[in-house]
Amino acid sequence: MAAVAPQRTAAREPTSTWRLGDRAALTACWACGLALCALAAAICVFMLVKGLQYLRPELLWTHPVSGADQAGSGGFLDPMIGTVVLTSLGTVLSLPLGVGVAVWVVEYGRPGWLARAVESAVEVIAGTPSIVLAIFGLLLFQQKVLGFLSFQAAGGAVFGRSFFAAGAMMSLIALPLVFASTREALQSVPQHVREASYALGKTRIATIRRVLLPAARPGIATGTALGMGRIAGDTAIVVILLGATLQLSPADGPPLVRDLKGTGSTLTSYVYNNSPAGEGNAAEKAYAAAFVLLGIVIALNLVIDRISRRGGALSWTR
Amino acid sequence: MRVAQASRSDQRAERSLGALSCAILAIVLGMVAFVVMKAWPSFSHNGLAFFGSGGNVDRQLGAIFDSPADPRHYEYTLRAWPLIYATALTTAVAIGLGLVVSTLTAIFIVEFAPGRLRRILEPVVRLLAAVPSVIYGLIGILVLVPFVGDHLITTERKASVIYVVQLSGSSLLVACLILTVMVTPIMIAIIVDALRAVPRGWTEGAAALGVNRWRTVWTISVHASRPAIVAAAVLATARALGEAIMLSMVSGSVGFSPNPLDGITFFLEPVRPLAATIVDNAEGLSVKPFGQMIYAFAALLLLSSLVLSIGGWAAKQPLKRYGVRV
Repeated sequence: MAAVAPQRTAAREPTSTWRLGDRAALTACWACGLALCALAAAICVFMLVKGLQYLRPELLWTHPVSGADQAGSGGFLDPMIGTVVLTSLGTVLSLPLGVGVAVWVVEYGRPGWLARAVESAVEVIAGTPSIVLAIFGLLLFQQKVLGFLSFQAAGGAVFGRSFFAAGAMMSLIALPLVFASTREALQSVPQHVREASYALGKTRIATIRRVLLPAARPGIATGTALGMGRIAGDTAIVVILLGATLQLSPADGPPLVRDLKGTGSTLTSYVYNNSPAGEGNAAEKAYAAAFVLLGIVIALNLVIDRISRRGGALSWTR
Repeated sequence: MRVAQASRSDQRAERSLGALSCAILAIVLGMVAFVVMKAWPSFSHNGLAFFGSGGNVDRQLGAIFDSPADPRHYEYTLRAWPLIYATALTTAVAIGLGLVVSTLTAIFIVEFAPGRLRRILEPVVRLLAAVPSVIYGLIGILVLVPFVGDHLITTERKASVIYVVQLSGSSLLVACLILTVMVTPIMIAIIVDALRAVPRGWTEGAAALGVNRWRTVWTISVHASRPAIVAAAVLATARALGEAIMLSMVSGSVGFSPNPLDGITFFLEPVRPLAATIVDNAEGLSVKPFGQMIYAFAALLLLSSLVLSIGGWAAKQPLKRYGVRV
């Protein structure tokens, strides 16, 4: 019979000898942890019940129309398209921007003061409320120079609200997340990998493209997925910069550009407008749309979990 | 020849990536400049009295909205104290509550939670951080607000303040509670990272001296990660200041400053923070003086988040010694 290796047991310390205050603190810890779990479960179960109660399949493929009551106000096809379009637009813009800036900061970063300034600029963007970004975007895209990106009235006044405008500002919301995870990933690539590549005669940019970016791919993917979740869940920018119109209303121009120059809404603004706070006041529609939105967000979260489990450590929520 | 070419392409790459980075810098500087410039008339007309109290802020906003078309007669008078006070109040209560809850939860995750519970808690925290604010707002306005309005506010209490403000359930209480839930996950994430980075030798040393586990965590780990707790609070403050949608849904949207001397009624009175004011009045942006007033609110938020960014950066500096990357 082989000798059994001594097993490590968890340090079990009887808490009965602790002082009352310490025991109370331990109880508070347990209470907080369990309360958080209960809260998340309550939110999920509540949204699930309400969602299954009010979600009809036909809501997913009918256009919203303005109706007097909840029976006649249509579904939320347009807001769903809006969410998909806006999320992809924001991601497409923020991915190269975030990765490019992170690569420059980590791999080049000369002069040093400029690199530090850029890093703090990204941090400022991360801390800026999305509502402020939204009305800054309105200010920006109402300039005559950028009038080609949105609806322009005959008098020359620029409307300033379009998918382009909202997507551009959304990319700023996702940018800090993409930047931070790319930077982390690049910094965690060991220095000798770079040196090996240089020793083979590769230039810096070739090293970045062929060695570093492939190594950083899980990190970049995590950051992008986090950014997509943030974009899909943001309401302020949609309400102010996308017009939050009931249906997609294209402007003039060639087919695809026309739609992107036009206004629309997303699931978030649809929920907002159909809640008692908005004009619609159709709680059933709001619950159904919120259920779909929560589903999208949870799916993105699962993707993040999947990537990070394959790609190593996960930097939590940021 | 080839080497020269390669190094030229390398230089080109460095330059274009550098230009991209400078563009980000330019966007931030442009944002601050644009917003402050647009907001300037509102500040210059009111002076420091802008931050003071006096009169009904909603009536003043209405007067600005209805101001005559002639630029010389634009109306600008506003005393923004109720809005600023509401922002400060919701943020402070949420951060105060959140700090306690998140520190305890972080300690629980790192030190006391059984393995299985810990594996549940981490996704739970991520989920709570990922739920869009509009869903929190929806639950607030459709579940919590009616509950508070129907069950926690008695008819007598409503009658006692009816000549000042209507109590409907949309209140400071609901706003603060939901805001706490929204900021807690951010703080937990940062504090957990810091607690995990405390060198094992330190806690083991305390344990070897016979200190019990709670005392060890509290006196060694938590004290060592104080900078992280401050940084977490600062980041969460930035998030809470800028939360607009949820607050505009549940806070009652009345420019009213609750009086702490009212006792319990204080928590049941409606408020409207700055960010929620911007969302509620977004339609008025095309009216020039009104738009400038809205941009003044945005400028206030932007400048405070700038200050918070700097504060957060300063708070994180001591952490770098332990090699914690936040």
